[in-house]
Amino acid sequence: MLLIACPHCGNRPETEFRCGGQAHIARPEQPGAIDDQNWSEYLFVRKNPRGVHAERWNHVHGCGRWFNALRDTVSDRFIETYPMGASPKSDTTSEARA
Amino acid sequence: MAQPFRLSRGGRIDRSRPIVFEFNGKPVHGYQGDTVASALIANGIHLVGRSFKYHRPRGILSHGPDEPSALLSVDRGPGRVDPNNRASVVEARAGLRTASQNHWPSLEYDIGAVNDLLSPVFVAGFYYKTFMWPRKFWDKVYEPFIRAAAGLGKAPVEADPDRYANRHAHCDVLIVGAGPAGLAAALAAAKTGKRVILADEGPEPGGSLLHDPKAEIDGRLASEWLAETLADLDARENVILLPRTTVFGYYNHNHVAMTERVTDHLPSTAGQAPRERLWQVRAGEVVLAGGAHERPLVFADNDRPGILLAESVRVFLNRYGVAPGHRLVVATSGASAYQVALDAKSAGLDVTLVDLRLEADCGPEVARLRGAGVEVLTGHTVVGSKGRKRVSGLIVAPVESSGRCGARRVIACDCVGMSGGWTPAVHLFSQSRGKLRYDDGLDAFVPNVSAQAERSAGAAKGTYDLADCLTEGFAAGAAAAGSSETHTFGASATLTGFQPVRVMPTDADPKKVRAFVDYQNDVTAKDIKLAVREGFQSIEHVKRYTTTGMATDQGKTSNMNALGIVAGQLDKALPAVGTTTFRPPYTPVTFGALVGPARHALFDPIRTTPIHGWAEAQGATFENVALWRRAWYFPKAGEDLHAAVARECKAVREGVGIFDASTLGKIEVVGPDAAEFMNRMYVNPWAKLANGRCRYGLMLKEDGYILDDGVVARVSDECFHVTTTTGGAARVLAHMEDYLQTEWPDLQVFLTSTTEQWAVIALQGPKARQVIAPLVEGIDLSPEAFPHMAMRTGTICGVPTRLFRVSFTGELGFEINVPSDHALAVWEAIFSAGQPHGITPYGTETMHVLRAEKGYIIVGQETDGTVTPDDVGMAGMIAKTKVDFVGKRSLARPDVVATTGRKQLVGLMTEDPKLVLDEGAQIVLDPNQPIPMRMLGHVTSSYWSPNCDRSIALALVADGRALMGKTLHITTPDGFTRATVSEPVFFDTKGERVNA
Repeated sequence: MLLIACPHCGNRPETEFRCGGQAHIARPEQPGAIDDQNWSEYLFVRKNPRGVHAERWNHVHGCGRWFNALRDTVSDRFIETYPMGASPKSDTTSEARA
Repeated sequence: MAQPFRLSRGGRIDRSRPIVFEFNGKPVHGYQGDTVASALIANGIHLVGRSFKYHRPRGILSHGPDEPSALLSVDRGPGRVDPNNRASVVEARAGLRTASQNHWPSLEYDIGAVNDLLSPVFVAGFYYKTFMWPRKFWDKVYEPFIRAAAGLGKAPVEADPDRYANRHAHCDVLIVGAGPAGLAAALAAAKTGKRVILADEGPEPGGSLLHDPKAEIDGRLASEWLAETLADLDARENVILLPRTTVFGYYNHNHVAMTERVTDHLPSTAGQAPRERLWQVRAGEVVLAGGAHERPLVFADNDRPGILLAESVRVFLNRYGVAPGHRLVVATSGASAYQVALDAKSAGLDVTLVDLRLEADCGPEVARLRGAGVEVLTGHTVVGSKGRKRVSGLIVAPVESSGRCGARRVIACDCVGMSGGWTPAVHLFSQSRGKLRYDDGLDAFVPNVSAQAERSAGAAKGTYDLADCLTEGFAAGAAAAGSSETHTFGASATLTGFQPVRVMPTDADPKKVRAFVDYQNDVTAKDIKLAVREGFQSIEHVKRYTTTGMATDQGKTSNMNALGIVAGQLDKALPAVGTTTFRPPYTPVTFGALVGPARHALFDPIRTTPIHGWAEAQGATFENVALWRRAWYFPKAGEDLHAAVARECKAVREGVGIFDASTLGKIEVVGPDAAEFMNRMYVNPWAKLANGRCRYGLMLKEDGYILDDGVVARVSDECFHVTTTTGGAARVLAHMEDYLQTEWPDLQVFLTSTTEQWAVIALQGPKARQVIAPLVEGIDLSPEAFPHMAMRTGTICGVPTRLFRVSFTGELGFEINVPSDHALAVWEAIFSAGQPHGITPYGTETMHVLRAEKGYIIVGQETDGTVTPDDVGMAGMIAKTKVDFVGKRSLARPDVVATTGRKQLVGLMTEDPKLVLDEGAQIVLDPNQPIPMRMLGHVTSSYWSPNCDRSIALALVADGRALMGKTLHITTPDGFTRATVSEPVFFDTKGERVNA
């Protein structure tokens, strides 16, 4: 079971959280101005990296807050968690690939 | 109290406390401190079971958790029967009833042993090769046969009467195994003041020290050192010492699972303590000191009762004070077994030692043993054994380095101790995703690169010398606690080193020799070789094809021998073959421990409304809806579902019905930007909705498909009372929170679930107003002042209410929201006031029928996550002027705006009005078209409608609205039936009644 550092509550077990998929995909300001191709990518196309992945997590059975996390999908190591709207301090590409 | 094989002294058993338990109905005498295995051996019993496939007589192989053969059914009292317990780890206690398994009619005379004679047939992959055809034999012949033959013990049939507990714990250092390395690690870690947990699977900490009474540590007897160390640890408040606790799983981020056996060893099952406790520990650092497992030697008939692992012979002698036999032959390819021979000799046994190694390859242990008067045959192989239900002789022969065997010799014996070297227990390390390294010198895989905050020490790392184990353990414990302290221990020397051997050289035809590698699954060396010859090269494939290592012991004794045989057949180096994957659990875990308290009412929580008890008292039948338990219908005497629902449906349309709608999800949306937020979340326009008015809201996902629906009331400029479907409440709130927090954090809105705070009493029917009129204060109930789709606040029976005039039945209706605490009182008052009007309680089934008569959709029934507002005929609700809302852009997707092919909601009228279609039934245009037919859609809702006096159905049909009046064909269990496409409204099609 992963140990996840909620930016608001500290370390909590994985069962308190829900993963919300890839982070930093902003909803377009004017969806109506987006063509079909770009809209379908916004809706459906997600990264599936082997290595560092920026993800959204929700502390659903805790404070209820959403936050972002950098997780290495190979080692399951959490490199960093940070509040919504913030940018990660760490490099998002360089984690060692086991 | 005959215990013919009990030594006159020695061992850690308590001879002042004799105990008696049962084996196969006969009494077995032993002492406190015995295991079932040691007590059986003390009574001269070695035959304790029949093997899995060939039903061969099997005995006790080991003294520990790696035991593959001695699996017993253990009965601890009524309802407390467990199969497949390892006799070597079950603590003997008065009153236990143990029994052998896998034989008929008896252990001594087992009909199934005929399989042994047929063994040439039962080769590797027997099932795959045999049970192939004819196809129809599968269900009736093969599967019943395989199921009857599979498995060893019998699963219990009664519910488990025991209680199991669950505990979460945190520590700085978790140490696995309380042998020399683990104890030294605990000492070092404990001194730093860090929180330490030391877990050991045995009843008594000490590991190998418990059967090594003559060893010395730092100038003292090991037993003294052990007692002092335990006293030291016990006195420290920062140390938790857990005996009888098996660490069975090593998961992510140092999450470690273990089971503590709390009461099985106690004479009485009464009392408050749980049987077992599941610990989930989150450890800062883990020290793995779980020791090593001895390897059996692979030779013909190496499975006869009386043939044990050599170190286990020593454990039985020294720890339990029992002799596995009077005449012992030790067969080995390494040095450690010489200590076994020495200890056996001094215990008074007649001992011979046979060593595969040539004299020149052996160490001083040979001279030492000969000096003790023991015959030592170096350069000898074992080619077989004699006896059947008990070994009576070992057949040995000199072997040259070329592998050629000399003249055979039979050494008469009643016990054999064999040692093919040692395998570090790297199970937990591998579970932690650490990478192993093959060590040539140790002939073993040892921990290499860690993936988590852990380190191994002692035999688990391939360190076998006692002093080295202690020193290494101490350093590991200190380092894990962040200290660099070291301590170099002095201890008596340990005999170490062995020559790797996969299969003992033999002069017999290897194709005819049955030398067992995996005892529990009856896999022989020739099975593994056959698998490789048949093309299986990956060790994972060989494992599954032959089932080696797949039994409940997970190949603890067999894996290295199996790997070595495969490597030899493939002519590859052992590391090139690799190992199979180690998975939790390390040893079998009871289901009870895993389930813990989550049984019965706690298995799956049930939510009930404040009206629940009333409905029960009325004799309602209930159904589960999401986590809720809701009243389904209220049968009167003699009524079935059909009759009760027919009566309830009529009552609502003709008089008045009362329905508990408290399970509806409710969300209070509050704040200066509440209206703007609602505009963005729902397709409907909200800005101009007046205070005190309601609107049916439709919510989409960003992909344009319907997520939820529900009536929303505007309470004030900055407050909306939102309702959701019963099952969608949590989902809708999460959906709203997601957007609010992550996309529009600038909006000033607060979302609060009020599902449990508001109870909802739905009062529906032409007489509804008359019923509540005398009870309501502060609200003008007249149709002019309080029209359909309005909400007023006031009191009912003196209780504050948000009174909705809404309808999910198509009748005049109210949904009376009151605080949950007062709901039952209000309900009862309304029910009482309704008596003169014939008020009728109705359940969810009637609610479904009434709404279907009106064509009102249920999200999740008429929709399935691919349905747009237009598909269900609700395009008109979408606000025309809003630039954006969640899902709007997707409504312009090419596949959504497609002019043909989308499935649309329609009604279906069966040609036979009595026929009620099956929900989910498929719909086609032409039943005579070739298979596969083109499916137009499916029936989403279907009921008998008492008010229409015929069946009605809703369906999603491709281009359905263009098919009005056409005949379609719908599948039934008896073939196709015909129905006409209609508008999806069947009763009061003009919708006038709701405004009454």
